Amino acid sequence: MNNRLTATIHGWLLLLPAMACLALFTHWPAIASIVESVYSTPRPRRPARFVGLDNFALMLEDPIFWQSLKNNLWFALGTIPLSIALSLLMAVWVNDRIRGRTLVRMAYFTPTVLPMIAVANIWLFFFTPQYGLLEQVSGLFGFPAQNWLGSKDTALFAVILVAVWKEAGFFMIFYLAALQTISPTLAEAAALEGASRWTYFRRVQFPLLMPTTLFVLINAVINAFRMVDHIIVLTRGGPDNATTLLLFYIYQVGFNFWDTAYAAALTVVLLAMLAAVAMIQYGWLERRIHYR
Amino acid sequence: MSAVEAVPAAPGRRSLRSRWLPPGRAVEPARPDPYAPTGMWLALESVGAGLLAVLWILPLAYAVWAAIHPSEFTTRFHLFAPLTLENFARAWAAAPFARYFLNTFVLVTLILSCQLVLGTLAAYAFARYEFWGRNLAFALVLAQLMIMPDVLIVENYRTMTALGLVDTIPAIALPYIASAFGIFLLRQTFKTVPKELDDAARVEGASGLQILMKVYVPLARPIYVAYGLVSVSYHWNNFLWPLIVTNSVEARPLTVGLQVFSSSDQGVDWAVICAATLMTSAPLLIGFLLFQRQFVQSFMRAGIR
Amino acid sequence: MDRRQFMTGAALLAAGALPMPALAQGAAEISFFYPVAVGGPITKLIDTFAADFQKEKPGIKVNPIYAGTYQETIVKALTAHKSGTPPVTSVLLSTDMFTLIDEDAIVPIDDFVKTEDDRKWLASFFPGFMANSQTGGKTWGVPFQRSTIVLYWNKDLFKEAGLDPEKPPKNWQEQVEFAQKLTKRDASGNVTQWGIQIPSSGFPYWLFQGLTTQAGALLMNPEGTKTNYNAPEVVEALQYWVDLSAKHKVQPPGIVEWGTTPRDFFERKVAMMWTTTGNLTNVRTNAKFPFGVGMLPAGKRPGSPTGGGNFYISKKATPAQQQAAFEFIKWITSPERAAQWSIDTGYVAVRPDAYKTPAMEKYAAEFPPAAVARDQLEFAVAELSTHENQRVTKALNDGLQAALTGTKPPKQALDDAQAEAERILRPYR
Repeated sequence: MNNRLTATIHGWLLLLPAMACLALFTHWPAIASIVESVYSTPRPRRPARFVGLDNFALMLEDPIFWQSLKNNLWFALGTIPLSIALSLLMAVWVNDRIRGRTLVRMAYFTPTVLPMIAVANIWLFFFTPQYGLLEQVSGLFGFPAQNWLGSKDTALFAVILVAVWKEAGFFMIFYLAALQTISPTLAEAAALEGASRWTYFRRVQFPLLMPTTLFVLINAVINAFRMVDHIIVLTRGGPDNATTLLLFYIYQVGFNFWDTAYAAALTVVLLAMLAAVAMIQYGWLERRIHYR
Repeated sequence: MSAVEAVPAAPGRRSLRSRWLPPGRAVEPARPDPYAPTGMWLALESVGAGLLAVLWILPLAYAVWAAIHPSEFTTRFHLFAPLTLENFARAWAAAPFARYFLNTFVLVTLILSCQLVLGTLAAYAFARYEFWGRNLAFALVLAQLMIMPDVLIVENYRTMTALGLVDTIPAIALPYIASAFGIFLLRQTFKTVPKELDDAARVEGASGLQILMKVYVPLARPIYVAYGLVSVSYHWNNFLWPLIVTNSVEARPLTVGLQVFSSSDQGVDWAVICAATLMTSAPLLIGFLLFQRQFVQSFMRAGIR
Repeated sequence: MDRRQFMTGAALLAAGALPMPALAQGAAEISFFYPVAVGGPITKLIDTFAADFQKEKPGIKVNPIYAGTYQETIVKALTAHKSGTPPVTSVLLSTDMFTLIDEDAIVPIDDFVKTEDDRKWLASFFPGFMANSQTGGKTWGVPFQRSTIVLYWNKDLFKEAGLDPEKPPKNWQEQVEFAQKLTKRDASGNVTQWGIQIPSSGFPYWLFQGLTTQAGALLMNPEGTKTNYNAPEVVEALQYWVDLSAKHKVQPPGIVEWGTTPRDFFERKVAMMWTTTGNLTNVRTNAKFPFGVGMLPAGKRPGSPTGGGNFYISKKATPAQQQAAFEFIKWITSPERAAQWSIDTGYVAVRPDAYKTPAMEKYAAEFPPAAVARDQLEFAVAELSTHENQRVTKALNDGLQAALTGTKPPKQALDDAQAEAERILRPYR
């Protein structure tokens, strides 16, 4: 009993600094967002007052909110599978003894160390109509001209592309690490049974990579809701909100319109979505923790 | 003491060998891999991988091109275009990059050192102490995996205002110094350290903290390296929160300085922007090029999956 | 030493880096937010101005802080205002006046105008610029980095197309005809050179206001409480803009990026562009061909909005700091310095007598385009500015982009924008 008490004191003492920071900068702001969202935005001549669910009612009628929600779902649907599939492909390739694999691996990984805010300016050049790189290349093949960032049909696709480019190489590293820990005897056994390479990948490698896939998936989901740096440079949410993501809209409402209460309400929605995703994944994560 | 000697067979399906030895030597089979591509397949794969690599390196390659040529050649690609370093000079002169470098350096150092200390202590508590409220506390920590500081900008800004910290480097750092990811990783690693080592040290009269420093921390070195690399590259490149919380040159990190510098009423000048981009990412890029092998291997040895 | 500096210093010490920055004590120090939306050379100019001022008035130290685009600067100035330590003076968009008043962030300039000399100074600016600086009988801002929209054209391309290189289009009709002659297509029908570009990314409302003014419409009332986004003339103006791409096919389809438009012009991918007078020096340096600068073509009348920034003085500063800031503003807007500023940047000198200074007369003689903006000021209107400015303009921006990308017909896009603006502005009437 005494032992348990000592352990509790020591345990909490060790935890204290980290928990204090988490409480102040994660738990408190999350709760404060909820509190804030039921008040009106204070103005110098109109102090904040309790408005109940007014901010949320406003949100239901706000077409930009719905648009940003829809954009964000498409952004997630575009970036998550694409970046995971590409990173797996990269890892498999780099894991084989192809020519120049050190160089190739390096190329895949460089986007991770470049600041998004800077490379977005370079992508701006790639997407520029007429003399942009994409246009120069597609012009060679006789494709019709495109205004990638300036058209509502392609702008979201363009920012998805940049996001995938940025994160795939990072995820590759995790797959690569996992691939290299798969015991070679498994491959020998599979080969003895005459399995094709595809079967070996599908039946042996891929299932063994599941924990990695889960980890990468969590990261990809989080990124889908937090990557907005390139939006700020490339489109500022335009044209006509076609690339406005939820976090970018929160930034705009909170720090351009100064409507902090509404921004808090939007934050609550974002938090609720993340919590829902977390609930779904937590079951998996739980199993994995117990597994170890 | 080296990690390899110290750890007896770790539980789990992976062998000790594959877990702790550098994969370059240990994991590549002595016998040929029956699924290694050969002949045409190998060639095809090499070509595919190479093409993708070219695509991936293209923005960087372009940045180099634009940075070392006069601005007429920014959008035109001639083999014999004249070379120049003037863009770097112009970029360097156009903004206080030296100060920005210093700020970023201070920022990532501050964040990383706090993250490591806080993370190590917390992870140790979770891994080795049976205490009241542990599961709840762990759940509270994991919450940050999903609800990361990046989305709490509005309220965190309010907090910084209340603390009087707006426009300081600590204000950029504070929301990030307790990292759920770091705590989680270290806890997983500490859990694989055999209890016997811990007990042995305790018998010799070492205190909890001494055991942590002498036994656990050295064993987790690959994790620290890998985590450190992720943290540094993340915070070196982080943008939205520093943009919001800083106003002045004294607190602004490189990314924000770069944005202030490149957003212009008079249109984009890619030559100068590319030069500035290369300059600002040079430390990370060069570091990565030099330590590429160690970089990737520390990830693999860390077994972050 | 204030807390902020202390914390920064502490952080540096903690990292074992530099010693704490020394701070000049004793002199009245005024922090000054400046929107460097215009690249490197401007910061040097402002630094020089600040240093020269300090030489003349040793009691006052001006401390310029470069904060990015206008957009970012207002965000920073207001966040700083809310957190208690705002800059003493800032150059912010003239259109932010209502927002700043609503946030209780600024004091009227009239409070400092005491002598006859001061009154003369305040009356010396172009009336076109003061429209955006005054409301409710008070002056809240002092024009400084001001601009209008002008037309730039490539004389070589005019010659190639068989047009007189010295004559820009005079009206909407000519603008379309010229642009048609200046648009070139290759064998497969792809356009290799566009006739005209009116940028529509970021802040399309500003360029659009050129068109609406020419169509004879005013977008808002002087009190900033009502917009006229869906007036028939406004719809007509938008229809004209949309037609440039959709019907006449002389402008690139979709959104035309503001940031890359000057580059398009240098690359001869477009023959005529609308952009700010603030780009004059940039174009002069980078265009490798003879170019012309002219007033915007007229619709029912000629016209352009004014644009750019005013000086504001913070309400939260001490009276001594406010007074010092006022002195600085008065000093930097004197005719000679306004002229110098205009010559170095291409921005419009904010007062008529600046154009009478020897330096300016010499410059205008050597480089006639410099006077175009001044001549156009006669027809200039106040830039769109209302209460809740950011939101009300965003409503218009979204509508414009919807129409230009073809998702909504102009009439519907503007009806929607007007409805949104009504909803936002109702509480202010």
